[in-house]
Amino acid sequence: MDMLSGGDMLIRSLRDEGVECVFGYPGGAALHIYDALFRQKDVKHILVRHEQAATHAADGYARATGKVGTVLVTSGPGATNAITGIATAYMDSIPMVVISGQVASERIGEDAFQETDMVGVSRPIVKHSFMVKHASEIPEIVKKAYYIASTGRPGPVVIDVPKDITSPAETFPYEYPQKVKMRSYTPATRGHTGQIKKAVQLLLGAKRPMIYAGGGVILGDASELLTTLARQLNFPVTNTLMGLGCYPGTDRQFLGMLGMHGTFEANTAMHHCDVLLAVGARFDDRVTNTVSKFCPSAKIIHIDIDPASISKTVAADVPIVGSVESVLTEMLALLKEDEKKPDAEGLAAWWKQIDEWRARHGLYTKPRYKTDGDAIMPQDVIRTLHEVTKGDAYVTSDVGQHQMFAAQYYLFDKPRRWINSGGLGTMGFGLPAAMGVQIADREGVVACVTGEGSIQMCIQELSTCTQYHLPIKIICLNNQALGMVKQWQDMQYESRYSESLYEESLPDFVKLMESYGHVGMRVTDKKDLKTKMEECFAMKDRVVFMDIMVDPSVHVYPMHVAPNGSMRDMWLSKTERT
Amino acid sequence: MRRIISVLIENAPGALSRVVGLFSQRGYNIESLTVAPTEDETLSRLTLTTIGDDHKIEQITKHLNKLIDVVKLVDLTEGAHIERELMLIKVKASGAQRAEVKRCVDIFRGQIVDVTSSLYIIQVSGTSDKLDAFLQAVGEASILETVRSGVSGISRGEKVLSL
Repeated sequence: MDMLSGGDMLIRSLRDEGVECVFGYPGGAALHIYDALFRQKDVKHILVRHEQAATHAADGYARATGKVGTVLVTSGPGATNAITGIATAYMDSIPMVVISGQVASERIGEDAFQETDMVGVSRPIVKHSFMVKHASEIPEIVKKAYYIASTGRPGPVVIDVPKDITSPAETFPYEYPQKVKMRSYTPATRGHTGQIKKAVQLLLGAKRPMIYAGGGVILGDASELLTTLARQLNFPVTNTLMGLGCYPGTDRQFLGMLGMHGTFEANTAMHHCDVLLAVGARFDDRVTNTVSKFCPSAKIIHIDIDPASISKTVAADVPIVGSVESVLTEMLALLKEDEKKPDAEGLAAWWKQIDEWRARHGLYTKPRYKTDGDAIMPQDVIRTLHEVTKGDAYVTSDVGQHQMFAAQYYLFDKPRRWINSGGLGTMGFGLPAAMGVQIADREGVVACVTGEGSIQMCIQELSTCTQYHLPIKIICLNNQALGMVKQWQDMQYESRYSESLYEESLPDFVKLMESYGHVGMRVTDKKDLKTKMEECFAMKDRVVFMDIMVDPSVHVYPMHVAPNGSMRDMWLSKTERT
Repeated sequence: MRRIISVLIENAPGALSRVVGLFSQRGYNIESLTVAPTEDETLSRLTLTTIGDDHKIEQITKHLNKLIDVVKLVDLTEGAHIERELMLIKVKASGAQRAEVKRCVDIFRGQIVDVTSSLYIIQVSGTSDKLDAFLQAVGEASILETVRSGVSGISRGEKVLSL
């Protein structure tokens, strides 16, 4: 048995857990760990420029691969800078382990230099946390942390490690546990068969069914099963913002995203459906609009691995707690056995109705925005991006109008391609997340759709891209304002643009990019959009920033009418309402 | 409705703060809280009383169960149970008052556990309602100090909360 110091044990445990890459930033309390990192070759480290970016990069890595993202930061400011990224991962149930250095055990509680109670500060935004009390506990704690982060409903786990525990002065016998068992943690796996049978009968009797699928389908690697189920039943499918890609976006049965900025056809069909199959989705307020008016005539089947998500805001008629994968597998088996078939006549009428909605206001039957002007429309930028990348890029995004346009118009055919901060809505997420994705897939095409506001929240990471040769393509929809804030100010505050305009203060992004050794492009003419974008993606080994000057007056539509609106109450343009 | 939830948690640092934090984070009320290790020293038993409708209580128990440190829990108010709270109370007791307070203590089957010429310290145990009634009977004017343990509870009959 090897005798190792705490620091070496920590890094060896990461290696034995299968961790390939750690995103982090060194500092005093983490220096023993960084020295251990230096003396080995198995675990790579990516030095970011700000700890927030380390968490977002690990998060992007996790979303693209399904593996646990790993972060290493120092105590105090290192730890607190990581908080936004941990909260982002928590809201979207992303598996992540964050190792934070801590001041030496005997200094804890003395307001020592760079001391923060990381376990306390992170408590409401982690799935669990550990404070290491003795070096010999390290292998078991690391094993438990990865187990907790990646099983059940995934989420971030913090391991806080006081500096003395990683000291090279003392060594301990090292053995990495093969398995871990915790009496207090037994995540649900299989759903209740009786409930699944009930659900299948409801589905077979449905005349106006809807499948509402969320991020849980992607996290549970159940996209294929969901697609099979939907096709077998010939049911329409809508995805949440987090679920995009779990069902092919270009498929006929796909109605687009639902919710606040969902399509007319998806939201209207939700309102009128008689059986709703919710899979790995959590009835978020950005989906439901007014809860009391949500799906008034539907029987609701809700499959989720987290019992606390079921009947939290909307009561489920058939709750099924279990992993999406096992429940859908069982459902498909039951459907195969059943002699009853879906109601073909009812479905034909339902599809006819849906196609009529699509033709009336659908986003994909014809453009629902101004196409005859000179200005570049943000929607066209995303459609061009889809065309140029053949719909096969990883698209990360920041938060705001550009995010919604990307969600609406980049029709994702595969899971784990759309990478955005859905729950927390974290500006600054896009670029570092793209770094994590590019590290996970060195050959992949990675585009970061952003705005001139969001990109500046983590723009320092352009330097990290230089250091590690991460040829990300940054597609900046530049409207010279905080577009979504401005849209709300237009709609609710009589266009009083309180602190949402940059007033000529933006940097010259082209020059800025050049100073980092990257390529900058400015697009002002509609005619150049496609050729420039092709040029951009042809530069395979360079970071390219496309600063695209879009029409600043554009709003994102549809948009739910609030307050007191139902799913089908939407603004379709600045002047038109359903 | 008032509920008594009994929770077995890992006797580990930070476990209690996770439970308490959950309540403040999600806007649930804690009316009272008691916690102490059990005969198995790796486990603590925590009893808390809270108020909420069925939907809220369901959410509370689900979220408590999600905490990694929570091993098992039961809503005692769902079945027959015994609840007890201990109260120590310091009251003025001089002159004619002295006998009156003593009578009151006897009626409530409390005990006088400390005496000076001008005051008593009284120990009363029972349901929270009984303790409230005792406070009312003694009268606010003579009360100098009270301390209550918070509710502890256990199921009646065969039902056992253990591993």
